[in-house]
Amino acid sequence: MPKFESLDHLREYRRQLLARRDPQQLQVLVCAGPGCLPMGSEEVAAAFKEELQAKGLEGKVLLKESGCQGLCARAVRVILRPREICYQQVTPEDVPEIVEATLMNGQVVDRLIYEAPLTGSKIAHKSEIPFYRGQQPIVLRKLDVIDPESLDDYLAMGGYRGLRKILTEMTPEAVIDAVERSGLRGRGGGGFPTGRKWRVCHEAEGEVKFIICNGDEGDPGAFMDRAVMEGDPHAVIEGMLIGAYAIGARKGYIYVRHEYPLAVKRLQLAIGQARQFGLLGSNIMRSGFGFDLKIARGAGAFVCGEETALIHSIEGFIGEPSPRPPYPAQAGLWGLPTVINNVETWANVPEIINLGPEWFAAIGTENSKGTKVFSLVGAVNQTGLVEVPMGTTLRQIIFELGGGIRQDHEFKAVQTGGPSGGCIPKEFLDLPVDYDSLQSVGSIMGSGGMIVMDHTSCMVDVARYFLSFLFEESCGKCTPCREGLRQMLFLLDEIIHGRGEEAHLALMEELCAAMADASLCGLGQSAANPVLSTLKYFRQEYETHIRDKKCPALVCRPLLKYSIDPETCTGCLACVRECPVGAITGLKKQPQELDQELCIKCGLCFESCQFEAVKVE
Amino acid sequence: MDQERLDTILSRYEGDAADLIPVLQDIQDQYSYLPKDELKVVAQKLNVPLTRIFSVATFYKMFSLIPKGRHQIRVCLGTTCHLRGGPRLMESFSHRLGVEPGYTTKDMQFSLETVGCLGSCAQAPVAMIDDKYFGRLATDKVPKILKLYKN
Ligand SMILES: Cc1cc2nc3c(=O)[nH]c(=O)nc-3n(C[C@H](O)[C@H](O)[C@H](O)COP(=O)(O)O)c2cc1C
Repeated sequence: MPKFESLDHLREYRRQLLARRDPQQLQVLVCAGPGCLPMGSEEVAAAFKEELQAKGLEGKVLLKESGCQGLCARAVRVILRPREICYQQVTPEDVPEIVEATLMNGQVVDRLIYEAPLTGSKIAHKSEIPFYRGQQPIVLRKLDVIDPESLDDYLAMGGYRGLRKILTEMTPEAVIDAVERSGLRGRGGGGFPTGRKWRVCHEAEGEVKFIICNGDEGDPGAFMDRAVMEGDPHAVIEGMLIGAYAIGARKGYIYVRHEYPLAVKRLQLAIGQARQFGLLGSNIMRSGFGFDLKIARGAGAFVCGEETALIHSIEGFIGEPSPRPPYPAQAGLWGLPTVINNVETWANVPEIINLGPEWFAAIGTENSKGTKVFSLVGAVNQTGLVEVPMGTTLRQIIFELGGGIRQDHEFKAVQTGGPSGGCIPKEFLDLPVDYDSLQSVGSIMGSGGMIVMDHTSCMVDVARYFLSFLFEESCGKCTPCREGLRQMLFLLDEIIHGRGEEAHLALMEELCAAMADASLCGLGQSAANPVLSTLKYFRQEYETHIRDKKCPALVCRPLLKYSIDPETCTGCLACVRECPVGAITGLKKQPQELDQELCIKCGLCFESCQFEAVKVE
Repeated sequence: MDQERLDTILSRYEGDAADLIPVLQDIQDQYSYLPKDELKVVAQKLNVPLTRIFSVATFYKMFSLIPKGRHQIRVCLGTTCHLRGGPRLMESFSHRLGVEPGYTTKDMQFSLETVGCLGSCAQAPVAMIDDKYFGRLATDKVPKILKLYKN
């Protein structure tokens, strides 16, 4: 393993690497991303390893475990290169057939390829699958090509070219200028112009400055940062190197939540490789520029995603936010100027340097440049990670890429922006998605979670869910957030328990306004959004809960009633075994009875019944 | 108290107060909780008041002041899991193990916890046992999965 002794050495190494590599090399990439891991990708990869050995193909076929391949709904995914044949829902049992048919005889295994949800047409090649065709990957570009644990793979895809470029031909000012002209805005939620933030920090007084990567990804329903850290860790490191050079930092931190153990492992490995090759450390490639990185593991607190809280956490304190200004760019880690950016923001930086700010600025809308990665989940057919130019409409994302709503249900709402965002109803499906448009309908871009809902979701329950999430996570430092959330949760609980009054709605709106005005940090300031947006677009649902004491979506438990239909019940006792309170009684092979007094409405009987004998209203 | 075990952890750090959280994380990972005697030593070595250590230890969800079970079960209650049956999955685990979330079974085999989001939203509902993910976990699969981990 070489240590790059000069900038030319890096170029030469890449040249030789590419010359050594055969573009026609057969490769099997088993997805080990966030969507496939829980569905057994390790077992599939092990099966490939065994089968390739059995057939004597180890030397001929390259087996890799890749990052996220996007279309998580059809896990486990496998892509065969160079032909880009995508197989889906692969199990270890399918592996011998894939090896035999495709790798040895060049035939496509029809039953494992993509099938369009509406037309049923079958497609083998990645570039023809509508889910991928509608995307423009910048950040996700390498995820299904490289082995995330191989620095060579990253270098072969042009990795560290951006670093080489700034060190050979750009001043720090020129780098900041380029990022500013690209129009890149922060992908962590706020959408603050990245170049401007860098400039403030660059111009701040002081010798010692820091940069931080925010990999806390606390928004429930979002996993793009996880996918990038796990699937392309060197892109984050290279982005940070470029940022460090621009602002004059010699030390940086990547703050990763501990709930992402694989991301921690991959980043650690990548940092080790970068140090070994001389891409991190002092006097990098004899350029005179030095920078090193450390990982800080989160310890389980959502509020630590907020930048000032995150900084306190790195300093070894509890994660309580501080009032801004001063902004971290002026006084951040240990009171020194600090640039903090999100994972996806950092991952965009190398490409902006490589391909130029004009290239980047040509993508997207007037005020939102480039692409955005969304985690498209919930009630859509094709859940997964998508990356589209800013300005793509919700309809395109949900219906063209997402393949429409599951089981042909009707679209009800899409939730964006996590606990700081809102629920967007179908009137706005043609809204082009960017920072400003989402805000104009009462939501926000947030980190990029997009949770699609159909009639089985209750909007009152969704609002309550986010409030209880925030109530748990509020650090308690400022009163408006701590107490406001408690009161709001109380009011929603009253409504969900059938004790709601019309006046509660006005009271909630009033509380929302007070919290937005008076809270210390974004957590409390935006906590109102899930409530206000559902109140605005789905007020009728609240009213039904209050007036009729009914939950039309059959979600709010206290308003439900379960019963067992004696006609259909077979007396299999599955529900009896499941019931936690012993509310169901009866003889085996006889219809069962449910005691309404004892019933806690948990619904486990409903779920366990194979015969649809348990009814709910 | 096993002084050597603790020293091995402390030797990885420079002894700055800023190392507090990583040190506690290492102790939590190795001991499955933060024993009081060890914390006193940490306070001394890092020159941090014990009260600050308790404030940190009780603020972050990762830390526990009482021992946890051999296996950590984390049931995801992220948005997508919430909508697709996460709470029911939670109840099913809770019912089968006979413990509420946040607690450990009497035989010290399992600790049951909820988590804000595990980031495998496309496979909701999701749970994690130690470092392994389980996706699309219907409640009827719970007994079978628990069996895998029972001794
Ligand atoms: C409660 C709260 C949670 C946040 N969580 C995250 C997070 O998980 N990841 C993130 O990148 N930014 C998060 N942010 C935004 C950060 O404070 C900060 O704006 C961001 O990291 C800046 O990076 P960017 O400009 O690249 O987006 C959060 C903000 C608040 C108020």
